[in-house]
Amino acid sequence: MKNSSLFNKLSSRLDELSNLPKLDDEVSISKLIEEKGFSRREFMGWAGAMTSMLMLPASFTPLVAKAAELADRLPLVWLHMAECTGCSESLLRSATPSIDSLIFDYISLEYHETIMAAAGWQAEHNLEHAMEKYKGRYILMVEGGIPHAQSDYFLTIGAHGKTGEQSAREASENAAAIFAIGSCSSFGGVQAAYPNPTNATALSNVTNKPVINVPGCPPSESNIVGTLLHFILYGTLPALDVFNRPKWAYGLRIHDACERRGRFDAGEFVEQFGDEGAKEGYCLYKVGCKGPYTFNNCSKQKFNQGTSWPVQAGHGCMGCSEPDFWDKMGIVHEPLGDRLYHTVFGGLGADATADKIGVGILTVTAIGIAAHAAISLIKNPKE
Amino acid sequence: MSKRVIVDPITRIEGHLRAEVIVGDDGVVQDAFVSSTLWRGLEVIAKGRDPRNIPLMMQRICGVCTYSHYLKSTVAVEDALGIKIPYNAELVRTLMNAALFLHDHVVHFYHLHGVDWVDIVSALSADEAKASKLAFKYTDNPIGTGENELKKVKEKVAKFAKNPQGLGPFANAYWGHKTYRLTPEQNLIALSHYLKALEIQRTAAQMMAIFGAKQPHPQSLAVGGVTCVMDLLNPARMGEYLVKYQAIADFVNNAYYADIVMAAEMYKTEPSVMKPMGVKNFMAHKEFMIGREEYLFDSGIIMNGELSKVFEIDEDKITEEATHSWYKDDAPQHPYEGTTNPNYTGFIDGQSVGPDGKMVDSKMINEKEKYSWIKSPRYNGEPMEVGPLASILVGYAKGNKKVQAVVNEFLAKTGVPAAALFSTLGRTAGRMLQAKLVADNALVAFNNLIENLKVDQETCATYVIDKDKEYKGRGIGDVPRGMLSHWIRIKNGVVENYQAVVPSTWNAGPMDSKGAKGPYEADLIGLKIEDLTQPLEIIRIIHSYDPCIACAVHVMDTKGKTLSQYKIDPLYGGCTI
Repeated sequence: MKNSSLFNKLSSRLDELSNLPKLDDEVSISKLIEEKGFSRREFMGWAGAMTSMLMLPASFTPLVAKAAELADRLPLVWLHMAECTGCSESLLRSATPSIDSLIFDYISLEYHETIMAAAGWQAEHNLEHAMEKYKGRYILMVEGGIPHAQSDYFLTIGAHGKTGEQSAREASENAAAIFAIGSCSSFGGVQAAYPNPTNATALSNVTNKPVINVPGCPPSESNIVGTLLHFILYGTLPALDVFNRPKWAYGLRIHDACERRGRFDAGEFVEQFGDEGAKEGYCLYKVGCKGPYTFNNCSKQKFNQGTSWPVQAGHGCMGCSEPDFWDKMGIVHEPLGDRLYHTVFGGLGADATADKIGVGILTVTAIGIAAHAAISLIKNPKE
Repeated sequence: MSKRVIVDPITRIEGHLRAEVIVGDDGVVQDAFVSSTLWRGLEVIAKGRDPRNIPLMMQRICGVCTYSHYLKSTVAVEDALGIKIPYNAELVRTLMNAALFLHDHVVHFYHLHGVDWVDIVSALSADEAKASKLAFKYTDNPIGTGENELKKVKEKVAKFAKNPQGLGPFANAYWGHKTYRLTPEQNLIALSHYLKALEIQRTAAQMMAIFGAKQPHPQSLAVGGVTCVMDLLNPARMGEYLVKYQAIADFVNNAYYADIVMAAEMYKTEPSVMKPMGVKNFMAHKEFMIGREEYLFDSGIIMNGELSKVFEIDEDKITEEATHSWYKDDAPQHPYEGTTNPNYTGFIDGQSVGPDGKMVDSKMINEKEKYSWIKSPRYNGEPMEVGPLASILVGYAKGNKKVQAVVNEFLAKTGVPAAALFSTLGRTAGRMLQAKLVADNALVAFNNLIENLKVDQETCATYVIDKDKEYKGRGIGDVPRGMLSHWIRIKNGVVENYQAVVPSTWNAGPMDSKGAKGPYEADLIGLKIEDLTQPLEIIRIIHSYDPCIACAVHVMDTKGKTLSQYKIDPLYGGCTI
């Protein structure tokens, strides 16, 4: 799509949103910005950063800013399934200046068990109320894998003992958009790792509604907030890869924009943690980095407001935004390319594009990388 | 006639938890049952995997106390393999631990437990000038309580209150409940700190991420040490840690501390907060290496609230049983040999007090049978409370000077007698005192690290895993919620058996075979509830433990048996959390 037609499409989408009844006339984002002590200029700076993160041309910045201003029209329901609460915690870490958090505050958070004040019957009432009142208009975010089918009893919620699967399905029914936040609701997550004793599964397997996956264990705060913004802008699902991940966030491999990429190309590798190469910031491939097989923007966005990310901390990527990574990424501190896996590597993972992945190509890539690593070492011995 | 009251979901915790109480006509709880309603099976999944993968996997037990399991699981593997990690690595792990404790305790008090103490709606009628002045009563350097600041906070809340639509996460709570004790001015001070703490927790998370890559779920430990050597050798990075640390320490000393003193003053006559606790046995493990063989917190056991005698922990006496848990194999088992087969029997049909006070059909706990995914850990057959209060009491009883000083100072400031520490208030105060001790002493580790880096830059030990050898080991210590232990056996180079015995398991477990109750259940008995449709008192007690239920739920050894309701692939047998 040409920029101009995309621009027009987004503009008319925002006009549509502006015409929706406001949830609360008393509150506007501009007012909140003032209250929080941010200038309009700071806000626009933030909108610019979000625009480039969403891979939109800079001329779209005013639209992104406007989209943020319209965010108050979105009631949000957040459900917890079989999970560790890490994704909720990630959301709470939103960026400095706390403008992401501002938007989070500004969304009408109708149900979120970790944060909400109500408990028991009152909590259940809040959920029912939101689903009824905002039928077809609320955003649903689900955290956690879902014990499924004959195993659904591994999770029950509420005095009526409703199963998690039932709740997730019901809430999906009338949601305006559904986001699976984190690798658990996207792909089943750690509880779905072999042998998956609770038959945990992805949200997309318990509803027939379209689900956008925002994987990561947990996803960064900017990927969660950016995903919401994308929905507000387009009003439809963003462009997705084969695993239903938004391409704007999961279109590049970690390896593509890695700060240690130059070391990889130069054949300079950490051979074991704590060695001289580790002190020099050499590539972590040989100590198990899965960056070449993992699609995410960690190497660009980092975590905790840009404080760091695994490769910066000398550890290497573990591939946490790929489906079934616990079973398919092998041993965390060994390279993937030169060993056998104890489960079948089913072609899920990574390659030159996120859209077309074949086990053959992947294997070739893996072998290629391993060979590259080995040859580089011979050519340019660092010891 | 007695009635049953169910609270499910208990919100503002990690995980899925239900509490049920039986209340007499006098509103007093006669019996109580607590159930976890989610099982994930991570120990089953651990079996057969490479031990190096286990710490990152076990970290996924919890995204709140995210570093706790990562650390203890790594230590378990190191213990099994006989690895002594470099001193630098020990100290960095301590610095990351400091970030976790400060983060966890602040978030717990303000965002999870806080609204059990603070009536947000009441803050509306506060006089901000008076409140601003009042703040000086509790600290010489108040934070976030200037008159204008409080005015803004109040306006924000007023807007929420005016528009029920806008209440969002604060909707439908127990505002105006009779057992709230703070004045409007005090509520306003605490509310301002609630908002401030949202920023502070982000800073604390960054503090972890400096050496940990990210938070939640840091990623910079390896079996043998730490990987963040570049960050350690970068003085700007060290400075970043220091600055964030100082901001948080300031908040702990001048907001958190002050607010607990304020709460103690107002709640020390509130029966639901001062009711003596049900289990008076405490267990804590040494933690926080701040220098060579120098630890901030001590190991020990206190029985029956008797502070004059502290017992040493004998790890062989730790067991878990499943009489009232949804597993087979009821008998007590040591974690190295623990086996458990899921055996879900569900709830039974019954009636409980509904939201409008009428009896409604509900699914109820069957207390005669099994009723929770949490097992019942015991020490020498006795239930134990673990957590910050246990750590503080053990340190106090053992004569730890640092601990004694903060406890004595707190008691003097509040006029609360030492015996009153054995209560919900004591548990909440104990957590704050632990945060203060960390805030006041973590720099010792920081300075020792700097000194050591001048002469030694080693960060990771090397090791081999011999596939022909069998190993076993455990990682044990005290994390923000109390004593945590991970137990591993390695055979043929892979995990043969894995178990974690977790703080919330100790505290939230159901009755044992003798009918002895764990701390949550025992604590609820005798509690007077003002209004059965608004059981604030129940959640206040439960929250004081900082429940972490995904952590607490253990699973088991399936051994290919046909279970009651589903079949397990016979390829894996084994044990788990």
